[in-house]
Amino acid sequence: MKVLVAVKRVVDSGIKVRVKPDGIDLQGVKMTINPFCEIAVEEAVRLKEKKLIAEIVAITIGPKQGAESLRHALALGADKAIHVTTDARIDQAVQPLDIANILAKIVERDNYNLVLMGKQSIDDDFNQTGQMLAGLLDWPQATFASNIQISDGIAQVIREIDGGLQTVKFKLPGVITCDLRLNQPRFASVPNIMKAKSKPLETIPLEKLGKLHNSIQITKTEAPAIRKGGAIVENVDVLLQKLRNEAKLF
Amino acid sequence: MQIIRNRLMVNHIPRFGFKYMSDSTFLNEEHLQIQKAALDFSKEKMLPYSAEWDKKHHFPKDVLRELAAMGFSTIYVKQESGGVGLDRLTASVIFEALSYGDVTTTAYLTIQNMCAYMVDQFGNEEQKKTWIPRFGTFDAFASYCLTEPNSGSDSKNMKTFAKKDGNDYVINGSKCFISGGSVSDVYLLMCKTSEKDVSCIIVEKGTPGLSFGKLEDKMGWNASPTSMVLFDNVRVPQSNLLGKEGNGFKMAMSALDGGRINIASCSLGGASFAFDLSKDYLHDRKQFGQPLASFQGLQFKFADMATNLVTSRLIVRQAAQMIDNNHPDKTLYSAMAKRYATDSCFNVANEALQLHGGYGYLSEYQIERIVRDLRVHQILEGTNEIMKVIISRNLLK
Repeated sequence: MKVLVAVKRVVDSGIKVRVKPDGIDLQGVKMTINPFCEIAVEEAVRLKEKKLIAEIVAITIGPKQGAESLRHALALGADKAIHVTTDARIDQAVQPLDIANILAKIVERDNYNLVLMGKQSIDDDFNQTGQMLAGLLDWPQATFASNIQISDGIAQVIREIDGGLQTVKFKLPGVITCDLRLNQPRFASVPNIMKAKSKPLETIPLEKLGKLHNSIQITKTEAPAIRKGGAIVENVDVLLQKLRNEAKLF
Repeated sequence: MQIIRNRLMVNHIPRFGFKYMSDSTFLNEEHLQIQKAALDFSKEKMLPYSAEWDKKHHFPKDVLRELAAMGFSTIYVKQESGGVGLDRLTASVIFEALSYGDVTTTAYLTIQNMCAYMVDQFGNEEQKKTWIPRFGTFDAFASYCLTEPNSGSDSKNMKTFAKKDGNDYVINGSKCFISGGSVSDVYLLMCKTSEKDVSCIIVEKGTPGLSFGKLEDKMGWNASPTSMVLFDNVRVPQSNLLGKEGNGFKMAMSALDGGRINIASCSLGGASFAFDLSKDYLHDRKQFGQPLASFQGLQFKFADMATNLVTSRLIVRQAAQMIDNNHPDKTLYSAMAKRYATDSCFNVANEALQLHGGYGYLSEYQIERIVRDLRVHQILEGTNEIMKVIISRNLLK
């Protein structure tokens, strides 16, 4: 069984984000693998260790620094990597439907039985790519996975949904997107980091696989309003007046 | 009184990178990848427990074994011998990252690395096969015995003696301030084999005649056991000699430059942690209606801390690179790096303590532990005074 794991390189969750008129300032900012994508890689590696899958291929779309996330995936245990190169801004111009289309082409080219990805990326929080990919391939999907069991070509996934936990079962091939509690990724050890250097990394320019349509345009980016202090009011009438006139609640 | 206790300092662990200062001068992509791996491990598996290990004087053998599994115990041992085969600059980056979480354990890890390196460089095939795999997993803990009660800086004047007797050596003498003493499985002993010759002999724990003093009560480095190692007619086969008789000093010299970078790197991580805590504190703590960060005196103090930290990091990495390139000035720069970084980083931690006011004095705020741990780096691996001897001798000859 072959697994494709899609990873994205995003702004590190710990840094303080600077907002510029045209978006987030990415200059010199610390970037890292999207946490949910890392969880997806870890799950693939665990499935391989359980001998349920034979090969893990990691894929990313982005500029040349995106290869860092691929090398991280290789160091965690992926066997091969594919880098779809583009200089477009990955946090703005590389959008879910375009990504899904490109991934679909790779899936058809290489014949995967399973696609694993993070449920969403922490820069745009779209939470669409996995679902769209499944739609394009006409494959079953299970999103927000917190547990994955695979046996005899059947995937059983426990999903974390608003109402609690839902268990779904489907026949592979399919798409599964991973949620926070699925696993805790391992540390990449130095020997594995070094082994990763000699694992195959294929580079494909994006134009060969698809196009970026920029169908969603970002019209404004602003930082959240600075928290203003509250005020203590003398009585309920003043409270109601403030809620109506200042907070404009009703 | 504005108390900041509910800022759970121990749980306030930024997930990636040094929180505020992480220049990547000298570092290529592989270094950065390895730095990330080391930092992640350090912040998750060491930082939350550092205070407890210090308080309980607990030597975390299990964590050291996990560090070994990450590849951190034989970093610059050749791959053919079973090590990871990386360079001194990578080792410096690793130790700096790990000491962000816990200075003491990382310092012990550097000793293990150094002992493994010595076996790799100077041991015969048999010795390499016996020890390097065991050092690499921390199946065997190693200690390095050089200092004696009467010979510290004056190490050539050591008295511990190994006398040939048939096919054995019989060793008599005592070593002190030995990290890992009484706990380590293997002791790399530097001793005299003739009036002038210093040699290195491997002595295993359990050999009759080998005993240990009580565990020393120290100012810091509490997570690391330190004791005297006593030799009373300890008999070992001559095959335990590492390298050749009389080569002990050359061996020690070749290990020393790297050892100095290692200890300097441990200072960098600890100071980095104190620095990061200080930046947060300067914003959070208010006096006279303003955050401390708005007072110029403290701003200047903080500016000096930052400058000290960055310049220390630069000279340590440069010296590490010079060792890797076998630059003719590597000994000079290693001595400068060790002296400068250990002094500056101690000052960073000490100033951080001052910045924290009364809270800096409380163990709960962790700064005082960094100060106590870093203080000894100005003394061991060659006192900073000896570093000045080396530097001036090198330049004035």
